[in-house]
Amino acid sequence: MSEQTSLEEEKSQKTNLPPEDESSSRGFNSLAIKPLRTENKPWFEPKPFFLKEVESLSREKVSVCYQCRKCSNGCPVTFAMDFLPNQLMHAIKMGLRDEILGSSTPWVCASCQTCTTRCPNDIDIAHVMDTLRQLSVQEKTVNKERNAPIFHQVFLDSIWRRGRVYELGMLQTYALKSGDFKDKMAKGELMNDLKLGWAMLTKGKLPLLPKSIRRVKEVRNIFKKTKSR
Amino acid sequence: MKVCFYPGCALHGTGREYGESIQEVSQILDIQLEDLDDWSCCGASSGHTTNEALAIGLPGRNLALAEKIGATEMVTPCPACFVRLKIAEKKLKGTGSQPDLGFTYSGGIKINYLLDYLCDPELLKKIRDKITKPLNGLRVACYYGCLSVRPPKMTDAKNPENPQNMDRLMEVLGAQSIPWSFKTDCCGGSLALTRIDIVRRLVNRLFLMAVEAGADCIVTACPLCQANLDTREAEAAQVFQQNYNLPVYYFTELLGLAMGLSGIDSWLGRHIVNPRGLLEEKGLLRL
Repeated sequence: MSEQTSLEEEKSQKTNLPPEDESSSRGFNSLAIKPLRTENKPWFEPKPFFLKEVESLSREKVSVCYQCRKCSNGCPVTFAMDFLPNQLMHAIKMGLRDEILGSSTPWVCASCQTCTTRCPNDIDIAHVMDTLRQLSVQEKTVNKERNAPIFHQVFLDSIWRRGRVYELGMLQTYALKSGDFKDKMAKGELMNDLKLGWAMLTKGKLPLLPKSIRRVKEVRNIFKKTKSR
Repeated sequence: MKVCFYPGCALHGTGREYGESIQEVSQILDIQLEDLDDWSCCGASSGHTTNEALAIGLPGRNLALAEKIGATEMVTPCPACFVRLKIAEKKLKGTGSQPDLGFTYSGGIKINYLLDYLCDPELLKKIRDKITKPLNGLRVACYYGCLSVRPPKMTDAKNPENPQNMDRLMEVLGAQSIPWSFKTDCCGGSLALTRIDIVRRLVNRLFLMAVEAGADCIVTACPLCQANLDTREAEAAQVFQQNYNLPVYYFTELLGLAMGLSGIDSWLGRHIVNPRGLLEEKGLLRL
């Protein structure tokens, strides 16, 4: 039944096809391969030297990737990515800068280092992900993962303030800044979180008062020297 | 035996029972863990995600502090801290001209992960002698997580795909460590707040695989894994309509239990998923 409907859909799509353009004359449609298109632009605009940029920033040799897909096969979070890790490596070579910096992949990456461990060409792929995230933080690129950069900022703020992470304060700031609080309220998930938070508080897992280290200045100095603030 | 100890932020918060059990267990083993004076956060994922130099500088400050007091070794119980300290150690040692970060570090401090440190053959022998209540009949799935073994170039792990230390330790305690293939799979710790949907899916997978392998419980050596698994288990089971109820212990808690240490009640009291039922059922904990 479902097969039939999908076939019908396909047929109707075929009949609704726009008049033959350049891509179809090159045989894209007949091979049922979609021509490369992005959401905003009708074509990819490769940025030359992106490969060089990534390689010099990360000091990883992305260009030796031969697409064996070991990284993507071992990656535990591919289900949530738009580019698979191996596709990302290829996209870097192709110079698809905007697409990569706007993609969810680097932010969905859990930094579990499985890809790095298994790469037969010794590319530290997780480190390349770091580099891409750093680039997108520097340039304040809008990506599909809104919350991850906010979380990291809040986390680092907590370190800057006290030299150590104050979990309770960080959780609250993150919930408010990211809009997590509102989202969960709308979805009705807030109660669940509050219950969990309460359980952790009463079990002494979330100390109420923050503790600072004595020489916070030294830590702030590191932030200053590395231009992180 | 005195050792310089870097606890990490989680040990004072979400991993409090880990910290408490480490202190008691180390006392019994005559290891004096001395907190590094005025230590600061290693930056964790947020450090290396946003700024390369910061990710070296934050753990670097702690290495410099340890060097100042003349320490040659350092022990840390948190894999995230461990790997950041290791990377900083290797990067700072390697560079001839150090970046100006307000401290100097010349290199050479050996950084140990607590689990591996306790699995030293001599210490294992000592542990064997101290056991008063072997954990007979307890089938545990040893869960190592990511960062204690990966990336092997930085952690110097001998067997990153199939580490054995915790399994060996559990066998010494009398528990049965069951083989399973997810011992180093990610629990999604770094996405714990930002993408709970991903975390639930990863956590669900881990519990299902542990159940399939026939485990009664999961044992971890990481405060982030334990917190993630313990707090998200009920949610994951509900979302994916599963019916598992495995407690998640720290390996030091089981060490303490086997040695008959008194703190066990207060450590277990901090868990979210009921940790007592299973142990009582197996006759390892008095009712």
